[in-house]
Amino acid sequence: MAKSMLIISRQGPWGGPAAREALDIALAGGAFDLELGMLFLDDGVLQLAIDQQPMHLEQKNLSANLQALPMFGVDQLFVSRSSLTRRGLGEQALALAVEVLDDDELSALLERFDHVVTL
Amino acid sequence: MKFAIAVFSPAHAPSSRRALRFAEAVLEGGHDITRLFFYQDGVHSASANIVAPQDEIDVAAQWRAFIQDHRLDAVVCIAAALRRGVLNQEEAQRYQRPAANLPAPWELSGLGQLHEAAQLADRLICFGGD
Repeated sequence: MAKSMLIISRQGPWGGPAAREALDIALAGGAFDLELGMLFLDDGVLQLAIDQQPMHLEQKNLSANLQALPMFGVDQLFVSRSSLTRRGLGEQALALAVEVLDDDELSALLERFDHVVTL
Repeated sequence: MKFAIAVFSPAHAPSSRRALRFAEAVLEGGHDITRLFFYQDGVHSASANIVAPQDEIDVAAQWRAFIQDHRLDAVVCIAAALRRGVLNQEEAQRYQRPAANLPAPWELSGLGQLHEAAQLADRLICFGGD
């Protein structure tokens, strides 16, 4: 039976390639039709902020790549409520349709997947 | 038990050394390593151009020897490697760069190799951060 994988993305979008590289693991696995989930945690939730203007940092926009996740079959998308709250981000206006989870739901989420990769 | 091991840290980070010691212990314990996969800054752990100070351990050289001695499947993510200047001869020629720093036993390949290893192994163990 195919093994499932949860990718935990913990880095902000513009501090280096980490956010894009976490996303690339998900997109690559989606292309193989694997069961994948993605959790945005800690500074990773900043990837979901809307109306970012990375052109001022001379960087490419990550949002379009994030939007590709459901198209690649990665539709189990989660975000930590406490990570959002600590960074002043609301749950209503996010760049991607994600399920908002409380801290006690996170451990249950990790239990659900065979593999967990944290970047 | 079959282990897939992913390394996200460069050779100078303690986690790269810990990954190597873990991999050694896996084999010593009679288990198998399905594949080693080097991603993000972990691609630097594969660079042949690292010169460690004489009074420090050379983790990159130890990785290379370990992989050669046990004939392990060691894959470096090609996209992460190109971005960080870790190139084999073929890629150095393709992009007209003056030097290559990724000789055998390392192989350059894509993220599909990480997913394949995760499917084949019983456990996927990742080493990142410090």
